[in-house]
Amino acid sequence: MPPVEIPVEKWPGKVREVTIGGNGRKSVTVGGESALPFLSFEGQIPNRPRIAIEVVDMVPEDWADNLVQAWGDAMKSPAAWAKKAAEYGADLICLSLDSAHPDGPNTGPKEAVESVTSVLEAVDLPLIVLGPGVADKDNEVLTAVADAASGQRIVLGFCEEKNYRTIVAAALAGGHLVIAKTPIEINLAKQLNILVSDMGLPPDRILMDPTTGALGYGLEYVYSVMERLRLAALQGDSMTQIPIINIAGKEAWRQKEAKAAQGVPDFWGDAARRGILWEEITASELLLAGSDILVMRHPEAVQKVKATIDSLMGS
Amino acid sequence: MALSGLDIYKLLPKTNCKECGFPTCLAFAMKLAQKGAELSACPYVTEESKAALDAASRPPIRLVTIGSDGKKFSVGNEVVMFRHEKTFYNPPGLMIRIKDNDDADAAKATVQRATNYVVERVGQTLTLSGFAVENASGDATKFAQCVEMVRANSDMPLALMSTDPAAMDAALAKAGGGSPLIYAANRDNVDKMAELALKYKAPLAACEPSGLDGLAELVEQITKKGVQDIVLDPCARGFAQSLATLTQLRRLALKKLFRPFGYPIITFPGDGAASPEEEAMLAGLQISKYAGIIVLNSFDPTVIYPLLTLRQNIYTDPQKPIQMQPGIYKIGEPSEKSPLYISTNFSLTYFSVAGEIEGSGIPSWLLIADSEGLSVLTAWAAGKFDAEKIAKTVKTSGIAEKVGHRKLIIPGHVAVLSGELEEELPDWTVMVGTKEAVDIPGYIKRVWVS
Repeated sequence: MPPVEIPVEKWPGKVREVTIGGNGRKSVTVGGESALPFLSFEGQIPNRPRIAIEVVDMVPEDWADNLVQAWGDAMKSPAAWAKKAAEYGADLICLSLDSAHPDGPNTGPKEAVESVTSVLEAVDLPLIVLGPGVADKDNEVLTAVADAASGQRIVLGFCEEKNYRTIVAAALAGGHLVIAKTPIEINLAKQLNILVSDMGLPPDRILMDPTTGALGYGLEYVYSVMERLRLAALQGDSMTQIPIINIAGKEAWRQKEAKAAQGVPDFWGDAARRGILWEEITASELLLAGSDILVMRHPEAVQKVKATIDSLMGS
Repeated sequence: MALSGLDIYKLLPKTNCKECGFPTCLAFAMKLAQKGAELSACPYVTEESKAALDAASRPPIRLVTIGSDGKKFSVGNEVVMFRHEKTFYNPPGLMIRIKDNDDADAAKATVQRATNYVVERVGQTLTLSGFAVENASGDATKFAQCVEMVRANSDMPLALMSTDPAAMDAALAKAGGGSPLIYAANRDNVDKMAELALKYKAPLAACEPSGLDGLAELVEQITKKGVQDIVLDPCARGFAQSLATLTQLRRLALKKLFRPFGYPIITFPGDGAASPEEEAMLAGLQISKYAGIIVLNSFDPTVIYPLLTLRQNIYTDPQKPIQMQPGIYKIGEPSEKSPLYISTNFSLTYFSVAGEIEGSGIPSWLLIADSEGLSVLTAWAAGKFDAEKIAKTVKTSGIAEKVGHRKLIIPGHVAVLSGELEEELPDWTVMVGTKEAVDIPGYIKRVWVS
């Protein structure tokens, strides 16, 4: 019989390349794909997906036991935590300014700048900074951080439809990037990217967060939105040609399967391994759907997922 | 992929003889396209045309059933590359490998545990699919004995793994009927294995490591012998090869209607894996990307539970996310003094919240609003769970007749609605509950004094 002819897709469009960091510190470039995730036989995949390890600016109160054990004393300061994260192979650091939450310690711009500066000095890795997730507080702390880190090309998160102008302005002034976050909906994602770039922020300084759902808690929704976003990008839709970042670790570890050791069914298996597997499978599925940056928590999950990325990239 | 009336017309004699009962061949062709007529009504259609019409009306990927006398599962019959294009229909089978040279007691215990392993998630019951029994010893007697042991301890479907036709024959005799998967035919044993498939009316796997050309040829040999139920093993190993090969096979089946690949695929993610976590992630990739049967190397609930969850997620019809019927739900035996919560009818929301209320030990009422199957946050963002909707649900549900108090606990994520809601429900006091279901027990014990 004649040789099998493998159908190969040739796409007119590709995802933009986005670079974080540089200017004397390490940089990471993501995106640039002209094929569906990891299908290198029919297109270019110039940059592998990267792992950012999440560092919190306070000792978290509600993390699962095995996650706390994994980090230990390093959690006492963002700088120490970032150093440990670098040792565990982080490609980027993602600093969550949880202490600035009004319901928590409610720290302010001064503390935020201290935390960010200490991390920038402690490690040579590119940096993502997430505000506490409350609009006015985000604006306040991220503006201060953007100014203090001017020229370092960090990523500021999150810009949402109801609150993006101040953060985009800060990114413009400081030479930074932003994460545009939308609730698992492809048209809202496009719309927000348009609003952000209409303010003058070049599209190669935007990352998309389609809002991650963990395994068993909405994964298939974000998985399918991401597949549709990549297909749209490859078909030439310019406002979807933006790399994707997923906050995978936080989502996986807040679920009962990851946190609870008692009072759970036997069929759930072993508590010590379960949360790590929950994070690993959430993360690997997001990779298949087109994730460019995974923000993760457990060092073992980071290592196993990096090995999976190596395997998928053929190296 | 159905043929149009015009495509069918091109294959008919075009004599308009009317012997089929229709005035013209074109009219007959149009009716055939709607499945409103049988091709056999035409006495003059050629053998070639019959074959072409038959090929085009078959599903692009055959539905193959692996069964025992008791249980069975069916895989294949998929029609899309991406679940969002329509849906994935038949969740892949997850089978546990049992080697005939494993410690006998341990193997028996595994079979019993895996057979009884049941996961409940979001109102559905999830189980493994069966066992893949392997002739690892190379000894036909040991293989048959092992199959007999598995069958004596389980009514689940089986895959029998041996390349020796004589050993396979003896093992099939012990498999207890049904249609176990014969794994596998290769270039050396294909004729004998095909005969066994016909003799036992069992599906046959085709294993060819050299590439897709070799696999296609092997499948052609099998179909020439008359075997119709086939499972493909392209011997893909590792993440990159699995993804590329399984994608190519699915594309060839769907987009080129390439018949030799119109069958479900079997994978072995543990072969070559450096850790159970690597096997788990690769099995996850294969669940999402086109595998029909996945054989796991060990029975490990810590791995299997997330994989069953993933399979449930990926194979949910995107058009029909699992929804609850809106209305009043009792958690335990609540009285008119018991707490009242309200939430959305996304099934995951319901089961998370209901489970935590149950865990609090305080019988309660749970009022479920019609949010069109969306979760709290998504429904709120989409305007399907707002003050008006909540108020309407309270007023029309009849809950006011079940509870003596007028306190309503709303999800923490919609705290901003409380003011507006109290205006819509002037007799009621709104209490803002937790954002996460898992915090419900702590919350209710703090705030509810009965």
